[in-house]
Amino acid sequence: MTLPAVVLLLVFNYAPLFGLITAFQEYDPLVGVWNSPLAGFDQFERLFGDPLFWGAVRNTLYLSFVQLILFFPIPIALALLLNSVLSQRIRNFIQSVVYLPHFFSWVLAITIFQQMLGGAGALNHFLRNNDIGTWDIMTNPDTFALLVTAQVIWKEAGWGIIVFLAALAAINTDLYEAAAADGAGPWRRLWHITLPGLRGVIVLLLVLRLGNALSVGFEQFLIQRNAVGHDAADVLDTFSFYYGIATGDYSYGAAAGLFKSVISLLLIWGANKLAHAFGEDGLYRK
Amino acid sequence: MTNTLTIERTSANADAPKPATRRRKPNDRAPWEEPPTPVGQAAKGLTLGVVLLIMVVPLWIVVVTSLSTQAAVTRAGGLVIWPDGITFEAYKVMLEDVTVRNALLVSLGITAVGTLVSMAVSIMCAYGLSRSRSFAHRFLLTLLIVTMFVNGGLIPTFLVVTGLGGYGAWWSLILPSAISVFNILVLRAFYSSTSTDLIEAARIDGAGDWRILWSIVMPTSRAVTAVIALFYGVGYWNAFFNVMLYMPTDSEKWPLQYVLLTYVNRGNGMPGSINSGFGTAFSQTAPLSLQMAVVVLTLVPLLIVYPFVQKHFRTGVLTGAIKG
Repeated sequence: MTLPAVVLLLVFNYAPLFGLITAFQEYDPLVGVWNSPLAGFDQFERLFGDPLFWGAVRNTLYLSFVQLILFFPIPIALALLLNSVLSQRIRNFIQSVVYLPHFFSWVLAITIFQQMLGGAGALNHFLRNNDIGTWDIMTNPDTFALLVTAQVIWKEAGWGIIVFLAALAAINTDLYEAAAADGAGPWRRLWHITLPGLRGVIVLLLVLRLGNALSVGFEQFLIQRNAVGHDAADVLDTFSFYYGIATGDYSYGAAAGLFKSVISLLLIWGANKLAHAFGEDGLYRK
Repeated sequence: MTNTLTIERTSANADAPKPATRRRKPNDRAPWEEPPTPVGQAAKGLTLGVVLLIMVVPLWIVVVTSLSTQAAVTRAGGLVIWPDGITFEAYKVMLEDVTVRNALLVSLGITAVGTLVSMAVSIMCAYGLSRSRSFAHRFLLTLLIVTMFVNGGLIPTFLVVTGLGGYGAWWSLILPSAISVFNILVLRAFYSSTSTDLIEAARIDGAGDWRILWSIVMPTSRAVTAVIALFYGVGYWNAFFNVMLYMPTDSEKWPLQYVLLTYVNRGNGMPGSINSGFGTAFSQTAPLSLQMAVVVLTLVPLLIVYPFVQKHFRTGVLTGAIKG
């Protein structure tokens, strides 16, 4: 019964792995993978001498960092807040609203952002009407990282609380009762019981985030590249597309993709080691 | 990988009354908890209120604008915040437009076919892997999990798909992304916890694997099936990059998201806009309300399905990590 799935994986996941050989070739679509001339590490030499490539690396790392700082704590805070609401009905209502944007497409989410914050959008319309000047965030490369992070927060922070709510529900309430009996106030209980209870999940998600530091999203940048320019919007994933597929320079794009995959594997491995060093499980138990 | 969603199992006695002796009603404060301070309550309410507004207000404005007359849009100088002259004109124009109608059919078709294919393949695979005595089960599981960490990446995949003749073919929008290993692992975790006794009993009674899957395993996991189907369905509905890769020039084959991207987000004119309904529509009636109507159209199917599935996102304990 596993056959159809295995066939799909072999064709669309494992065959491309062998296709990575194109990264070491001078791939020519006319003659195919089998007959293209080998090029050794030429593509990588080109890659490492390409300022556009290093720009994409820099953007990727910077965006990863900004998202880690600004996005990561929000689902935790939101989950704690929601968990403190007693009424089940209100909680269910808020949950169903904040989960919803997760299911929107990036096209839709960015269109909505554009309509609200763009040059002709609701916010600037309001600012103009009140003579406060305009605030053009949708096309400003300097604040692009903040814009992208705001979009991720709007779309994904609500969905992110699921895992924390689950962890919160798993904390034994007897602990709270005992702590309260010993005279610990709400803040002390939060610090000494709730947060330690979330530690495992937080470490796991941090490991995943660090391991995926080179993946900051793809469609978001694809859609907005026209508006802010490639200096700000090129990341490693879109680099392969724009300088590989769009220009027909397949081997070059494949080399960039391979570079990213290898570093990502190392990052996941390293982040996992880090988790073990903190005495947590990470992705798998030691 | 961890399964972050705990989905309630539909069991045979799901309709049985819940035990009457709950420890405390969920709405009651635990006896040891301090009564809330008014300031704290107000801050909490305010924060949650603002969060909700940030989510809801943009959607509200989009919907109201799509329902507004040209006059109302002009009066508001753009987006309409308060309903002021409601009309369904934009929707009428939109649904009469060939491009949008085509795109809607394409999107619905791909989502329906794709979800069916994905679910059939994933359910079969998950069931096969959940029976620990099945053929090469450890090896196949490893084969699956490896793909979560290692993949060929964009260009090799593109070369394989186009090498198989996928350029411009419908299957290129479905098969390359038909299965998500994560979803299969979630399904498998559920199937693994189906009572072995029940399955053994059925087997003794002569039921084969297909029969067991169809009559025992699937009926007891309806909730997880619904959630995974939603994940797959949303994936197909929202996809646009595969269109960009495999059929960038076939505007008749474009799904709704790509139409939204091209004509609303990027504000491009229609190719050959003289002949196309959308082009003339753009120049004659309220363009903004028409654009917003397209936005709403991409939302509607999701909003129809979401309430039925959303209740299954029960948050409970983390079900054990799915390990290889």
